[in-house]
Amino acid sequence: MAKAAVQTKAVEASVERRPALAGRAVSAPGVKVEILPPAERISLRAPEASLAALSKALGVTLPTKPKASAAKDGRTALWLGPDEWLIIDEAGKDPLADCAKVTALHSAVGISHRNVAISVAGPAAAVTVNSGCPQDLSLEAFPVGAASRTILGKAEIVLLRTAADAFQVECWRSFSDYVFTLLSEAAGDAAN
Amino acid sequence: MLLIRCPYCEEERPELEFRNAGEAHIARPTNIAGESDDDFEKFFFIRSNPKGVIYERWRHIHGCARFFNAVRDTVTDKFVMTYKAGEPKPAKLPGASK
Amino acid sequence: MNAAFRIPGAGRLSQAKTASFSFDDKSYTGIDGDTLASALLANGVHLVGRSFKYHRPRGFLSAGAEEPNALVQIVRDDARKTPNVRATVQELYDGLTARSQNRWPSLAFDVGAVNDLASPMFSAGFYYKTFMWPKSAWKNLYEPQIRSAAGLGVSPDRPDPDHYAARYAHCDVLVLGGGAAGIAAALAAAETGVRVILADEQAEFGGSLRFESGARIDGENGFAWAQAAIARLKAMDNVRVLSRTTAFGYYAQNFVGLVERVSDHLKNPGKELARERLWQVRAKRVVLATGAIERHMVFANNDRPGVMLASAARTYLNHYGVAVGRNVGVYTANDSAYAAAIDLKKAGVNIAAIVDLRDNPSGAVIDEARGLGIEINFGRAVVSAGGKLRVSSMTVQPKNGGGGRTIPVDAILMSAGWTPSVHLFSQSRGKVAFNEETRRFVPGTHAQDCVSVGACNGTDGLDATVDEAYAAGAKAAKEAGGKDSSVKAGKGAKPKVDAGESWSRGMLGAAPGAGPGTTVKAFVDFQNDVTAKDIRQAVHEGMHSIEHVKRFTTNGMATDQGKTSNMHGLAIAAEVLDKPIPQVGLTTFRAPYTPVTFGSIVGHARGALFDPTRRTATHGWASAHGAVFEDVGQWKRAWYFPKAGEDMHAAVNRECVTVRKTAGLFDASTLGKIEVVGPDAAKFMELLYTNPWEKLEPGRCRYGIMLREDGFIYDDGVVGRLAQDRFHVTTTTGGAPRVMHHMEDYLQTEFPHLNVWLTSITEQWAVIAVQGPKSREIIAPLVEGIDMSDEAMPHMSVREGKICGVPTRLFRMSFTGERGFEVNVPADYGEAVWEALWAEGQKHGATAYGTETMHVLRAEKGYIIVGQDTDGTVTPNDAALDWAVGKKKTDFVGIRGMMRADLVAKGRKQLVGLKTTDPKVVLEEGAQIVEDPKQAIPMKMIGHVTSSYWSQNCGRSIALALVAGGRDRMGQTLYVPMPNGTIEVEVTGMVFVDEKGERLNG
Repeated sequence: MAKAAVQTKAVEASVERRPALAGRAVSAPGVKVEILPPAERISLRAPEASLAALSKALGVTLPTKPKASAAKDGRTALWLGPDEWLIIDEAGKDPLADCAKVTALHSAVGISHRNVAISVAGPAAAVTVNSGCPQDLSLEAFPVGAASRTILGKAEIVLLRTAADAFQVECWRSFSDYVFTLLSEAAGDAAN
Repeated sequence: MLLIRCPYCEEERPELEFRNAGEAHIARPTNIAGESDDDFEKFFFIRSNPKGVIYERWRHIHGCARFFNAVRDTVTDKFVMTYKAGEPKPAKLPGASK
Repeated sequence: MNAAFRIPGAGRLSQAKTASFSFDDKSYTGIDGDTLASALLANGVHLVGRSFKYHRPRGFLSAGAEEPNALVQIVRDDARKTPNVRATVQELYDGLTARSQNRWPSLAFDVGAVNDLASPMFSAGFYYKTFMWPKSAWKNLYEPQIRSAAGLGVSPDRPDPDHYAARYAHCDVLVLGGGAAGIAAALAAAETGVRVILADEQAEFGGSLRFESGARIDGENGFAWAQAAIARLKAMDNVRVLSRTTAFGYYAQNFVGLVERVSDHLKNPGKELARERLWQVRAKRVVLATGAIERHMVFANNDRPGVMLASAARTYLNHYGVAVGRNVGVYTANDSAYAAAIDLKKAGVNIAAIVDLRDNPSGAVIDEARGLGIEINFGRAVVSAGGKLRVSSMTVQPKNGGGGRTIPVDAILMSAGWTPSVHLFSQSRGKVAFNEETRRFVPGTHAQDCVSVGACNGTDGLDATVDEAYAAGAKAAKEAGGKDSSVKAGKGAKPKVDAGESWSRGMLGAAPGAGPGTTVKAFVDFQNDVTAKDIRQAVHEGMHSIEHVKRFTTNGMATDQGKTSNMHGLAIAAEVLDKPIPQVGLTTFRAPYTPVTFGSIVGHARGALFDPTRRTATHGWASAHGAVFEDVGQWKRAWYFPKAGEDMHAAVNRECVTVRKTAGLFDASTLGKIEVVGPDAAKFMELLYTNPWEKLEPGRCRYGIMLREDGFIYDDGVVGRLAQDRFHVTTTTGGAPRVMHHMEDYLQTEFPHLNVWLTSITEQWAVIAVQGPKSREIIAPLVEGIDMSDEAMPHMSVREGKICGVPTRLFRMSFTGERGFEVNVPADYGEAVWEALWAEGQKHGATAYGTETMHVLRAEKGYIIVGQDTDGTVTPNDAALDWAVGKKKTDFVGIRGMMRADLVAKGRKQLVGLKTTDPKVVLEEGAQIVEDPKQAIPMKMIGHVTSSYWSQNCGRSIALALVAGGRDRMGQTLYVPMPNGTIEVEVTGMVFVDEKGERLNG
């Protein structure tokens, strides 16, 4: 299955790619907010019985614990729901093509252009995100590697803690301006 | 802002991530096209609206995106318990006010 | 330099740092650390405001947040004029400008004070009685008058230039109140290692230790101990200490709202600094250490400037080094006012007399006062205060009546006892209990995971308070998951109280001389000018519930919310009702505890952050090419593309004609898109849409209609089948999120057996519609791997391939009635592909067009817009879309609803076309339609216009309308009555252009 989506990977484009807010960054005391470069992403949906095959094909074990993520060789799998994972590949490989080889039941849909990733890093990173995100971001409740779909102000985001003092915030393309602006404004207050 | 325990995420999460989705345990008839007017009325329009314990559907729409069921007390606004969609109505409620 | 009432050597402020400020345009000098109140008092200024109703002159009652009188306007610049700031809370900064409120023309001579003389007219409930008749007077006379008199300060009239921050925070133990109790609780909790937040509304921690000169803890003066303890807490990683932070609301599940005043105390706050910061804190356990508030004595003219709470005078002296007078009288019903008298006396202020209502009290403070030579009168009452703009005397009588004498004073300190601050406790839905012995409400049953400690819990005495608070802090920490409290000798040890003060008892209600039968102005509620007589009158007039008394008299309303008045009001009502106090009950405490600015609630959500503004990938191109945008939900969509000299009308006419003549490019990216994937994808589509899907071949498209279970149209859109197990579904722009939610709902809860998944791809794909006779010529040169001939790619088909070297899902479909395509490309390529298509289009004379032209072109073809031509009560049949309902299907969402008797009844409103008799007249959307324009008003309305445009292609106006029995009325003349005359229309079919649909292949 899932043959129809194989072609989403772009090659030999004669037109340039113009990612939203490319290169934007804001530094404040204690935290830096910056737009991350594009990466390959898929939304992966599958029943439990397919996970072993998909994990093998993707080269990363799909986590089954809520709020968990797993990463290997530049590829991260975020648990978003009991049958839903966000796969992010920052190594230039194509997770959609990897899933296409799997015959076990699943749905893989390319969303590389749907999402924009923003890095929030520095000692005040958690406070910055907490300006709009109501979750408990202490290391006990949201440890390194924790991932969750949640809210930031009036936008939905996916939040991944990449280090004790660093988060990756993913949002949909058209919300990136709002999310980046909110994080930037919050960053200015976070060190106070 | 309430905290609601998502039975799929297995923890309490802020209300902002959730959306109420009406009364629970109202199954759509399998042969809905053949329902009588009265039966369709009961299925589609009539809701219990109790004072006290209510069985509701909620969706963790900005979280794991799953629909689930919740028992809530409409007097105290407290959630008694939550459980996964498709699971039967709990026979016993922990610490319900009535 | 030194102000006249600043006592050298008294207080904790350094005299070295001065700050100049102005009040009502007069300049004064204060010192660093002053509040506006202490600085004015240091300069001998007591008169600072006028009361709300009677415009009586008022001074400072308190030294804190409970202040009902001293409300001023703080003016920073033209845009920053904050009204109703309590001068007792506002910290002084160099250059501060304050103005008094509610007076004209000046504070000392206020015309409104005539209300005081006319006060018999303004008794309790006067609003309800006076403005009832005649009815017509309300709108013309009363309302404008009341509106001009209402309110205290003046609202700023410009956008707020400050910014406000917001933050969610979580902790194990939240301690509210930073007096001795709060600090002790925080210390105990913090030492276990749990996350602690300690908040206090004052600039400095210490609470009553600010004025309690006798308190000693751990061998230090109480206030000094508090500062050392706070320093220790601040140094701990697991503790956040928030000063100038008011807990204003206690909500469900230990969710507490705090406002931190970040920069109101600074002369020139940096731009990076927020004015206020909203903290929304979720705590596992809350320790309430909110203290107690002293009550005033209720006697005649107890509102004269210079009459104030004893603890306030003590605070001004012991903390700010300010004497509130030179010849001070004291009126009390408990011990605590003695301490004030003693402190003032020791500082060199003459105490004219202490008047104590009690008959023969005894105790150390009384002995000490006597030892200092202060005259003490037991069993006596102050029955009246003399003076007007400032108190000048007090008249003292035996409390049971008899001859009195008048003693000259320039200030009166009063204390009727202390009211535990149960506001937050009560907001948490905890139930208060009345303690008969001490005659006060204290926390009874807790409703949440919180505990009250110290004065707010009715605990008297510093020693008992610290004991209780420390134990509670340790327990809360343990319950919240902390390690056992490391209570050891030395650093982690419980604070040891060496000396403290206790103030218990006192009195409630009117004092002698203001009791039943008297008509004196003995104020219960200063801010609302409610007297003891008003409360009694309210009860006599039938207000037997305390909630009614409150509304009838306005006792306990307004910005101070009855912090000093509630208990007195309650006691007076209970006395008249002849009921015990708990039976009369307490009014409900509601958030906010003190006023909260709109700015702090709004936080970051203003300007660009008020709501997300969503832009498509081609936004920059459209902007550069002069597009005018319209808001469609959160999206900005190109509305039309005017050329130089064109207005909207001309631009839309040109765009409409060009699309039908050659071609046009349109950004359709905002349409919702959902990828439906899985072996049961077609089965799922069969259930969610009215149409049949099983037999749709991969590579083909179909226009789908989605209903709600009630049988009404919910959404529509073109669906392409990419593969046997994969559909590319489009939805309306506005419907995208709710359609996804609706589909997920059925998939997860009604049809969970289906193997299919939904993924939103709205933002994965940019969508460029190329419509018009030349559309294929424009696209074809850029496409690889797709045969675009009519045979290979007929109308309503979808192909995957490449355009400009990037992947595309190319749909052949039309929302214009012309040959048309929609080019889907990954969003980051959207703008570049648009530019390439534009370049091709230019060769053929194509135009870019916006949503207005899109609307006109689709209306010319009778294509509906869900939400415009439908309104949630329109069935497929009503919209002439019966053809899209699978007749052989046995189930889909809405199938049963559609069969309801009302939904198949004759005479339902049906969608039809309308042509105005005068082709130049364009109907107004929403206009009502009638059969007979000559009928009497109210006319029978048989329908309304849903879409209406000027159609340049038709050379006339066109419209769609929902009309009762519309399809049986073809050719009928109907009427649209409008304010400027009635418009005649003819009922027609819905297709105005190319009825046969030949242009789809043209």
